[in-house]
Amino acid sequence: MSDTTHANPDVYYVPHGTKWPIVGSFGLLFTLGGAALWLNEHPAGEVSMLLGIAIILFMVFGWFGTVIRESVAGAYNKQVDTSFRMGMMWFIFSEVMFFAAFFGALFYARALSVPWIGGEGDGALTNFFLWKGYAPAWPTNGPGSIGGAFETIPAWGVPLLNTLILLTSGVTITIAHHALRAGKRTQLMIFLGLTILLGCTFLYFQAHEYMEAYGQLNLTLGSGVYGSTFFMLTGFHGLHVTLGTVMLIVIWLRCAKGHFDRDHHFGFEAVAWYWHFVDVVWLGLFLFVYVL
Amino acid sequence: MANTAAHADDHAHDDHDHKPEGFLDRWLFTTNHKDIGTLYLIFAFTMAVIGAAMSVVIRTELMSPGLQHVQPYFFNQMTTLHALVMIFGAVMPAFVGLANWMIPLQIGAPDMALPRMNNWSFWIMPFAFLMLLGTLFMPGGGPAGGWTMYPPLALQGGASVAFMVFAVHMMGISSIMGAINIIATILNMRAPGVDLLKMPLFTWTWLITAFLLIAVMPVLAGAVTMLLTDKFFGTSFFNAAGGGDPVMFQHIFWFFGHPEVYIMILPAFGIVSEIIPTFSRKPLFGYQAMVYAVASIAFLSFIVWAHHMFTVGMPLGGELFFMYSTMLIAIPTGVKVFNWVSTMWKGSMTFETPMLWAIGFVILFTIGGFSGLMLAIVPADFQYHDTYFVVAHFHYVLVTGAIFSIIAAIYYWWPKWTGRMVNETWGKFHFWWTMVFVNLTFFPQHFLGLAGMPRRIPDYNVAFADWNFISSIGAFGMFLTPFMMIAIFAVSKKSGVKATQRPWEGAHGLEWEVPSPAPHHTFTTPPVIKPGMLAHGDVSH
Repeated sequence: MSDTTHANPDVYYVPHGTKWPIVGSFGLLFTLGGAALWLNEHPAGEVSMLLGIAIILFMVFGWFGTVIRESVAGAYNKQVDTSFRMGMMWFIFSEVMFFAAFFGALFYARALSVPWIGGEGDGALTNFFLWKGYAPAWPTNGPGSIGGAFETIPAWGVPLLNTLILLTSGVTITIAHHALRAGKRTQLMIFLGLTILLGCTFLYFQAHEYMEAYGQLNLTLGSGVYGSTFFMLTGFHGLHVTLGTVMLIVIWLRCAKGHFDRDHHFGFEAVAWYWHFVDVVWLGLFLFVYVL
Repeated sequence: MANTAAHADDHAHDDHDHKPEGFLDRWLFTTNHKDIGTLYLIFAFTMAVIGAAMSVVIRTELMSPGLQHVQPYFFNQMTTLHALVMIFGAVMPAFVGLANWMIPLQIGAPDMALPRMNNWSFWIMPFAFLMLLGTLFMPGGGPAGGWTMYPPLALQGGASVAFMVFAVHMMGISSIMGAINIIATILNMRAPGVDLLKMPLFTWTWLITAFLLIAVMPVLAGAVTMLLTDKFFGTSFFNAAGGGDPVMFQHIFWFFGHPEVYIMILPAFGIVSEIIPTFSRKPLFGYQAMVYAVASIAFLSFIVWAHHMFTVGMPLGGELFFMYSTMLIAIPTGVKVFNWVSTMWKGSMTFETPMLWAIGFVILFTIGGFSGLMLAIVPADFQYHDTYFVVAHFHYVLVTGAIFSIIAAIYYWWPKWTGRMVNETWGKFHFWWTMVFVNLTFFPQHFLGLAGMPRRIPDYNVAFADWNFISSIGAFGMFLTPFMMIAIFAVSKKSGVKATQRPWEGAHGLEWEVPSPAPHHTFTTPPVIKPGMLAHGDVSH
């Protein structure tokens, strides 16, 4: 951050009094409590969930709005900026570990539990007494054929296309970043816009793929451990791409309003980091879920 | 919004005590690390009393063989919730509360790095526990499958399953945000001169603990999400008929669970490493070795998880690997224990209340460490697994370990927080009372476990009756201690002797360079570090 802002660079900005966190807590309570009621088939569940989501959106608008206004007003010095950066980095690390749990489940099922059910290693008696005649394979929906026979989505069609789309979007957002640093606002708007379009295209193909899986391939969330790992991994990834796209749109609108300058654009960078993160997760997905 | 920025500048010149007026402004909307720390500590204390009440139900039922007071299903809810409440509601928030209070004071920071998020980290917790404890009043009651939530048993609960999963998600969000804040604070907010290897041990242990939290809380979130989809959305993660494996849950859970154990003990190590040098009037022996030992323990915590499940059926290679890696932990832990003892060696020791709790910690935690080493041995663990020996082991490390250190920390820093001293006689009475009854409660459980009494069962063979009776007497004695604590600290707050800036003669570190009680805002601008101000790195005192 440059010296042209109003901030006293020696003083770390500590905000005083904030109502957004408690609003967010009520939002979480209504959303998750409502979801739990809904899962238990309680009539109040859906209403509570929708109310909760509305409260959370209200909180997000209010909280981020406050932070953006403070940032534009120059309340944040260099040190505050570093805190934000660290916050975002460690948040992304926590997201990596969240995906690691599901990748771990995939690897465990493929490398250990499916072969064991099929009689490998110490599993000979398990196979003989419980799952006689089951030969381990991947993909599988297990010895009980949970969810019925299904087909898988070939890697070299839409998934490959989606890989190329996401990789390209990683390039376009980098070009946009360079444009921002060089002060070329038009180029910034165009390439950031392209990134958003690529994100939307990815999501469109992903939705299309899901519909095909459910409609024609009988590949569902209930298709044994293959369907479970496939849809949980790609589904959570898709949610993150959706969130990332929304974040990109917010950043695009902020750029359109003239926010961010060459040296001071942490909001942009945070979203770019996040976008690269969903990109890298996809590469892992493409390799371990589709190709191998 | 220029107003906000102008407001910020106003506060920049505010170095006097300036608390917000009005109850909601002070506590609900607060961004002040000290007030948020206080909220965490009050919340943790409340949860500890609720958890203790549940343990009284358990020990009342177990006082004599046969079923007499509660139904087995309710007993199972008590064991499950006692664990969840104590771990996620009492011990973890208490440590976060101490971190909030002390880390900015120890490193010379004006507040936590992200003060608004700090407020949210706390204010999620009461809502999470509202959901979790609310299940007790629902049809089917609370979760009863054990705090480890193993499928398929845990999935057979009633309405509680979804509420438990979402409560765990909320606790996870809170912990992750709290941990991010602590890391950003420690790495970014240190006053010039407070180098990493001059930081107090409490701050160091919290840096590493926060890393563990960010690494493993998301894994727990993933694990319980899979439980949820297995129950409600037809997935087969833990269903062998679909190619999954219930044992897989145990692996994922304990990949979280073992680092979680150290999340609850590393800050305790930090606290004890602050208190022992103060009352030994010597610098901490082997400061750098202590830091590296904590880091080694944290690293090892990621590769030992399956020692919680030796009897589940694992390839021999796995059992051997997890046995040896677990035993390795004894080395850095031994370094710590020996360094605490060496710090006391030839020191000018005095035994004020915080020091008594710290020494109690060293002795009793070591007992828990040794029983842990016994459990690490695979062939022996086949005998001990799921017996009261395990219960004795983890209560020694968690009650006489973690909770002793939390109480020690409260006695140690209370004068800094409130500006009042605690009555030493009553503090010592509190300690000795606890010392007697905690051992009465948990030591006999070693014998019960070795004799074969299983855990989590409301009835038992008459052969176990005597030690169970003694253990229950101990638990009832223990249940008086939180109320004793309230009385002791309430009296101190009201009429305790005024504390000086450095109430303990041998105390070093930046927290003792500000007045007692610490003003609402401290170190608005970074302090200038003079020789002798820090406890570590320059040993000029």
